[in-house]
Amino acid sequence: MKPSIFGYLSPDTRAEAIAALSRYAGDAKVLAGGQSLVPLLNFRLTSFRYLVDINRIGDLAYIRSDGDCLAIGALTRHHAVELSADAARDCAILPEAMQFVGHPVIRERGTCGGSIAHADPSAELPAVLTALGGSVVLEGPSGARTVDAEDFFLGYLMTSQQPDELLVETRFPKLPAGTGVAFEELARRHGDFAIVGVACAALPDGSFRLGICGASSVPFRPRDAEHAAADGDLTLAGHLAAGQSEPEADLHATAEYRRAMVSTLTQRALRRAVERKEGSTRG
Amino acid sequence: MDLYRVEDRRLLTGHGAFLDDLQPVPNIHHAAILRSPYPHARIRGIDASRALAMEGVVSVLTGADVASMSRPFPSALPRQAAYYSLAIDKARFVGEPVAVVVARNRYLAEDALSRIVVDYEPLPAVVDPEQAVINPDAPILHEDVGTNIALHRTLRYGDPEEAFRTADLVVKRRLRFPKYGSTPLETFGVLASWDAAEEVLTIWSNFHGPFSMHPVVAQALGIASNKLRFIVPGDIGGGFGIKTSIYPYMALIGLASRLAGVPVKWIEDRQENLSASSSGTDRVSEVELAAAKDGTILGIRMKIYDNVGGYFRPPEPGCTFRPLGNYVGGYSFRNLDVDAYIVFTNKSLTGPNRGYGCPHLYFGIERVVDEMAQQLGLDPAEVRRRNLIPKSAFPYRTPTGGLYDAGDYEACLDKLLDAADYAGLRRLQAEARAQGRLLGIGFAMGVDPSVSNMGYVDIAASAEERKHRHPKSGATQGTTIQVDDLGKVTVEISTTPQGQSHETMVRRHVAKEFQIPEHEVMVISGMDTATRGWTIPSGSYSSRFASIGISSAVVTARKVLEKLQRIAAHQIEANAEDLEYVDGSFRVKGAPERSVSFRHAAGIAHWDPASLPPGTDPGIYVTHYHTMPTALPPDDQDRVNSSNTYGFMVDMCVVEIDRETGEIQVQKYYGVHDSGVILDHKIAEGQIRGSFVHGLGGAMYEEMSYDADGAFLTGSFMDYLCPTFLEVPPLETHYVETPSPFTVLGSKGIGESATETVPACIANAVTDALRPLGIEVNELPVTPSKVWGWLQEAAVHDQS
Amino acid sequence: MADMRKDSAEDALFEARDVSCTVNGQIYRAKAEPRRLLSDFLREDLNLKGTHVGCEHGVCGACTILLNGRPARSCLTFAVQADGAEITTVEGLAQSPARLTRLQESFSEEHALQCGFCTPGMLVTATALLQDNPSPTADEVKHYLSGQLCRCTGYEQIVSAVLAAASGGQKGGE
Ligand SMILES: Cc1cc2nc3c(=O)[nH]c(=O)nc-3n(C[C@H](O)[C@H](O)[C@H](O)COP(=O)(O)OP(=O)(O)OC[C@H]3O[C@@H](n4cnc5c(N)ncnc54)[C@H](O)[C@@H]3O)c2cc1C
Repeated sequence: MKPSIFGYLSPDTRAEAIAALSRYAGDAKVLAGGQSLVPLLNFRLTSFRYLVDINRIGDLAYIRSDGDCLAIGALTRHHAVELSADAARDCAILPEAMQFVGHPVIRERGTCGGSIAHADPSAELPAVLTALGGSVVLEGPSGARTVDAEDFFLGYLMTSQQPDELLVETRFPKLPAGTGVAFEELARRHGDFAIVGVACAALPDGSFRLGICGASSVPFRPRDAEHAAADGDLTLAGHLAAGQSEPEADLHATAEYRRAMVSTLTQRALRRAVERKEGSTRG
Repeated sequence: MDLYRVEDRRLLTGHGAFLDDLQPVPNIHHAAILRSPYPHARIRGIDASRALAMEGVVSVLTGADVASMSRPFPSALPRQAAYYSLAIDKARFVGEPVAVVVARNRYLAEDALSRIVVDYEPLPAVVDPEQAVINPDAPILHEDVGTNIALHRTLRYGDPEEAFRTADLVVKRRLRFPKYGSTPLETFGVLASWDAAEEVLTIWSNFHGPFSMHPVVAQALGIASNKLRFIVPGDIGGGFGIKTSIYPYMALIGLASRLAGVPVKWIEDRQENLSASSSGTDRVSEVELAAAKDGTILGIRMKIYDNVGGYFRPPEPGCTFRPLGNYVGGYSFRNLDVDAYIVFTNKSLTGPNRGYGCPHLYFGIERVVDEMAQQLGLDPAEVRRRNLIPKSAFPYRTPTGGLYDAGDYEACLDKLLDAADYAGLRRLQAEARAQGRLLGIGFAMGVDPSVSNMGYVDIAASAEERKHRHPKSGATQGTTIQVDDLGKVTVEISTTPQGQSHETMVRRHVAKEFQIPEHEVMVISGMDTATRGWTIPSGSYSSRFASIGISSAVVTARKVLEKLQRIAAHQIEANAEDLEYVDGSFRVKGAPERSVSFRHAAGIAHWDPASLPPGTDPGIYVTHYHTMPTALPPDDQDRVNSSNTYGFMVDMCVVEIDRETGEIQVQKYYGVHDSGVILDHKIAEGQIRGSFVHGLGGAMYEEMSYDADGAFLTGSFMDYLCPTFLEVPPLETHYVETPSPFTVLGSKGIGESATETVPACIANAVTDALRPLGIEVNELPVTPSKVWGWLQEAAVHDQS
Repeated sequence: MADMRKDSAEDALFEARDVSCTVNGQIYRAKAEPRRLLSDFLREDLNLKGTHVGCEHGVCGACTILLNGRPARSCLTFAVQADGAEITTVEGLAQSPARLTRLQESFSEEHALQCGFCTPGMLVTATALLQDNPSPTADEVKHYLSGQLCRCTGYEQIVSAVLAAASGGQKGGE
């Protein structure tokens, strides 16, 4: 389990990174935390002619408030988000979801940009980004563009990011004070990728945000279910969310099970988010 | 500061000596192994020329080389089904070695793998052991055998027909036990160096015995056994039986070194480990129990299909026969009928794995015992009690030939029910059920065999066939003790430990025998077959240390003392019988001023042979091989005392099932163990907890999975799920200590105990939880997705 | 491969380069080609065999080291990424084998190791935990160490050892 040969670049700036990506477009891959990419390289399930290591780019790691969004630099480690007071205040679903991403040591290295760019349909962060209607900022040779989460995730490990683009930032819409959040997840073991995971926010205006991972080839946001929840019918919300899933069977769960769990966990997440919302308004 | 174990300081500071840390010879090259991507395929040709042309690549070993340089491994199989260290003309499981590249480093060796072109003709595959036998369309793995049955034995004890004829109740269940392995964190490692001048092959590896594999490798390689040198480092990163099955790789890398002309190292990577190392067998079985109305077990019938994968390799069929002496577990029934098929399928190969055969056995028996209790309306604990072998019956001869040394099974059960407040738990369960919750209580018990008797392997042959063979017996373990001229002690053990604290225990007990401080004793573990004492059963497996390992060390120490006592007696002109050994000195009873110290006596043996008593050799270097008189060959009725000491454990656990998700929460697990005298509670507890988690893995998480076509699905630790810190439920242990009359210190093995009963106990508890819905757990691992599926079926049933 | 390379600067991207880093307070410099895993670099090139390799895909945690003070899988890090870094491996936890840290001592006292293969990663990770959180609860210990597999102990004793070291106050191993 040793990776095959690659050429290694470790640019100090974004511009250099983007230049490298465009020079070797298609042959180069970004290396961030390496917690997903390096296992694939070690198994030789994939190989790239060049790796562009972005870990030396200083200005890619930040969490900052930017208007109605929490802007998180691509190289921000999961661990930093867990500890971030800004995230806790403006987007509490993030640290909540983070608890389910692998293990603390993995979160020390894994990056937010990496989790989003990798687009594992069972990963938690993409579900959160989708639930909140967030976006990603991609920078290429011809400048930056912002892509909505739902347009970004295209399929299993597939996104609309171009080979010469660097994901520089993810933008999570802030949740107003008084929002209740919940992340429900079912996995074979703690820290495993989700069999099904549900991100949920109950907003003070009575509306809901839902994002679901593990149950389709991309994370998805069941809007019908959000509406049903807003109408107070959590059971229906669960069913609608399940109806929108397109799960596949694997080693750990049948497709039927996954679909049913979308319903169950959606209801649980809604209930818990509502409880927390009420708790916060009381408290 | 003194640490708890002698092993600890080096291991805590990163100074252990594991296989991959060794650099015993210069110019070490590295191997990578090309493996079959197909479960079943004919190999029509291999072209390695492009690999050989790569810079840094030294050689490529293929089937043609292996066929010409070696012979199939000898095995208990009377038939053909040749098993070589590498596929010759056909690959029979995903991951089977097909070629070995030797290169300057592992990176280059792996690069070269992709340059080897193999012309495969894929063939249909079969993975289910029952289907492999009963389905006439199942592909045949070994044409020369003509069937997928590697071995078929029927064994009969007592009068099972009568038992089933007179029974008030017969329960029968079909059961599936999964394929899993203990996946030690340190994988296999082999370093082989072929010395062409002397024709000596030296192999360093993390092999942990039994050294019965030494002749197996020597015969396969066709080299004189004294020119095959096995060296094992002092530290092995876990074994659990798995590393017994490293020997095919010892042969393979030996051949690679011979072909390459350089020393070759191969470290198994995790992908190789999961797909092609070794595991326990998966078993499909039908277990049938005959009972009287009062819950007395009258007899058991089992039909077993044990899946050994693509080839049959020693020490299989231990999966089936290693527990033969304890096939009745802790029960007193005498009638048993076993119809055992050992089957080839297109799965990876098997061998010893913690509990070797016992988790399978007790899963079968304990499931049907529970169903019997249920059908008779009896309490499962009470039914077990009624059938226990009573304390007064020990030593107890089982119908299958086992000789149980000692135990107080009923005391264990009492302790369990008491510690867990069983009555209270049942009340709690009733309340939970009234609220619609799915709370279950499960039991399992078993007899834990330790110190395998080499004689059991002959059960693979029929009694008639055995008449024409040399018998096998024994369970020998050797120790060597050297006392230098200053009275300092070195002990060489041949138990090749993998974390079981042998150095600590031997040091402690030898120091105690010699009445000297522990730090004056140094224990050398590891092995070198060329320079140190070993014999066929040497090694660590079948939990043999606390029985035979420590017995061997203590008896050796006593032999040293006898010699020193003779020397001392001669020195002070007394009779040896008149001396006593007190506070590290030999002194005349009643005249303590006439004494010779341990150190002085040893000094004489080294410095002054002229002062030795007549007939006494100089030096203090004593080797003693200890065996057990109970380790006899099978008799003509297929009875064999397959092990030499037998512990006992009875477990109970409480689980709750989430109706909506099928998740299983093990709220609490209790285990009571009678493993004789516990030599060290901390260490024994460590063994139990570790084996508990292996059992938990098999029950709920771990499986080497294949799809129906033979594709392998669990090639990483993301898919093969070892329990983590967060999966382990609270475990409460208790001990009953009934001394074994067969061992020097009254102790016996404990390291495999919990592994053997946890799968059955969890299955019974989940079944108990789901009892109101009529669901039974007759296959493992039990997962949320499966439970949820069963709940849906039950709901549909309910509606119709 | 050579035909595709544009020039020698291009070639250099593939070639072994100098990696210098401080490991356990000592400065090391060695050559590593880009694909060389830090775990192999430490073990083979720097001859520091204390860091163990158990899976090479980040799951078992045996190879965990401190990279600039934070725990990291050395099997998921390339040696070239460690150029200029400050690394602590298990060999660097105690001042000397004779003077162990409180954590190492309690691992022994609690019998938190059997074969010792996972132990380097456990110790390094637990050291990081205690730096961040000097008095963790049992639950916090389990969560923090959840990415470290042990196949021998059943884990319970490891939790006890970390708790014992925490309550006994940290000394050494800084
Ligand atoms: C044991 C273990 C358990 C894990 N469990 C989970 C889990 O439960 N849930 C979960 O979500 N994840 C899990 N992970 C994965 C972990 O969260 C990864 O860190 C994450 O998915 C990827 O982040 P990274 O920074 O490590 O990315 P890398 O591995 O470096 O890269 C991943 C992919 O994203 C691309 N990429 C990364 N950054 C950028 C960028 N800025 N611009 C463009 N492309 C980029 C890379 O080219 C690569 O294709 C686990 C990993 C391990 C080892």
